[in-house]
Amino acid sequence: GGFGGTSALAGDVVTLPFANGERPLVKYPQKRPMIGLTSRPPQLETPFAVFNDGPITPNNAFFVRYHLAGLPYDLDPDKFTLEIKGKVDKPLKLSLKDIRKMKATEIVAVNQCSGNSRGFFEPRVAGGQLGNGAMGNARWRGVPLKSVLEMAGVQAGARQVTFGGMDGPIVDKTPDFVKALDLDHAMSGEVMLAYGMNGEDLPFLNGFPLRLIVPGYYGTYWVKHLNEITVIDSVFDGFWMKSAYRIPDTPNNAVEPGTTPKATIPINRFTVRSFITSVADGAKLKTGRTTLRGMAFDGGAGIKEVAVSTDGGKTWTNAKLGKDLGKYSFREWKLPVKLASGAHELKVRATSNSGETQPDAPRWNPAGYLRNVVETVRVAVA
Amino acid sequence: GLCWLASGPASVTAAPVNYQIPQEVAVFKPGPNLEVVQGNCTACHSADYINTQPPMKNKKDFWQAEVTKMIKVYAAPIDEADVGKIVDYLAAAY
Ligand code: HEC
Repeated sequence: GGFGGTSALAGDVVTLPFANGERPLVKYPQKRPMIGLTSRPPQLETPFAVFNDGPITPNNAFFVRYHLAGLPYDLDPDKFTLEIKGKVDKPLKLSLKDIRKMKATEIVAVNQCSGNSRGFFEPRVAGGQLGNGAMGNARWRGVPLKSVLEMAGVQAGARQVTFGGMDGPIVDKTPDFVKALDLDHAMSGEVMLAYGMNGEDLPFLNGFPLRLIVPGYYGTYWVKHLNEITVIDSVFDGFWMKSAYRIPDTPNNAVEPGTTPKATIPINRFTVRSFITSVADGAKLKTGRTTLRGMAFDGGAGIKEVAVSTDGGKTWTNAKLGKDLGKYSFREWKLPVKLASGAHELKVRATSNSGETQPDAPRWNPAGYLRNVVETVRVAVA
Repeated sequence: GLCWLASGPASVTAAPVNYQIPQEVAVFKPGPNLEVVQGNCTACHSADYINTQPPMKNKKDFWQAEVTKMIKVYAAPIDEADVGKIVDYLAAAY
């Protein structure tokens, strides 16, 4: 298909279940109709029903998040270069060809926006008002960041590695979007430079031709259109690390709703979450047997168990886990249940291999990150 | 625009991208000083950034904080004299 000649709107409107939650369904090149959050820069949320189709989120349904409206809309992949510089012995300029010639690796990993589910925060907070669709799971293909850093030769005294993409601000003085990882993390072998997603090139809006993959970490680190890697001997103090994307330095990274934390740290690994995907909130079901399905994920320990309640949390039954696609992937679950007539609150709660589980009551922080309360789906059975 | 050539992971070269986003349709709600807001708040992002913010209890404080953030943090070039007009409009319209 072509890239041009798109209709502005697919026509329909979606209502996310919080105040001011009306959103247009929009159609972008390489994407199916998506929930439109902002149009410049483009920000798109995955319609939740997609997550019931399987553990891999299709490229054309994968969420899109940008901060700054200067996107590299005219991008020539043959001229693309990734620069590796700073505290390295041999600064490098790699073409896409160079990178694709290196030994490739693959990983199935969830990417989730830090602000996923922000619209459900109470009290509400400023920022992208997302439902639960700013997450997705894909098979990423590329090269380990470690291999590229080893080619360049990291010098003694290096502390962090920073990542910049081709997207940039409209006004010069707006801080450019640059993120940093500690050197140990960058050299772990898990962090990856990906050009492939589910067997295809990355879609343009998901970072074509190259993006950072930081398994288990929030999407803010997964820099798109990645073209600049810099090794530094200090802790990076750019706006998007030092001031934005911070979470309270408290137990559970939560504070009393409506209050400001005294100290903060950079956001890092996902909290453990689980969802029912086979039944939508407010659905009407037939009395009798039905199989509930859904998925769970966490920041990399892997999912140990998923428990389901059909009586509002009074009793819980362990679900059967689906195929293990790796500790960073969505893990499917299913459970046959028998529902009597009447109103039911269905709940799902995951526990990770490290023992982390989901709270019954939502936790709160001023930026609206880390939401992982036990989700509830209300159904009418008759 | 140029055409996207379907290319698998093994492909090394691809056609240049000329990605075209749909036309912007979001507009601000009507209200006094609408044109001041249009002039100052659409250079860096579309109006839906504002339209989709939650209905807050203290609208004036919320929008004052947002406008201050745009100026201080993101370097929005906004005249001191316009700030009050913008905050009043936003607190009334949203
Ligand atoms: C110089 C650039 C610039 C100008 C001018 C500007 N903004 Fe922003 N605005 C930004 C950036 C950058 C963001 C953050 C984008 C992101 O993280 O997605 C933002 C985000 C927002 C948000 C989302 C909530 C938040 O706090 O992130 C709101 C609301 C907003 N701006 C309102 C306004 C209003 C009102 C004006 C005019 C008074 C304005 N903006 C002018 C750059 C600008």
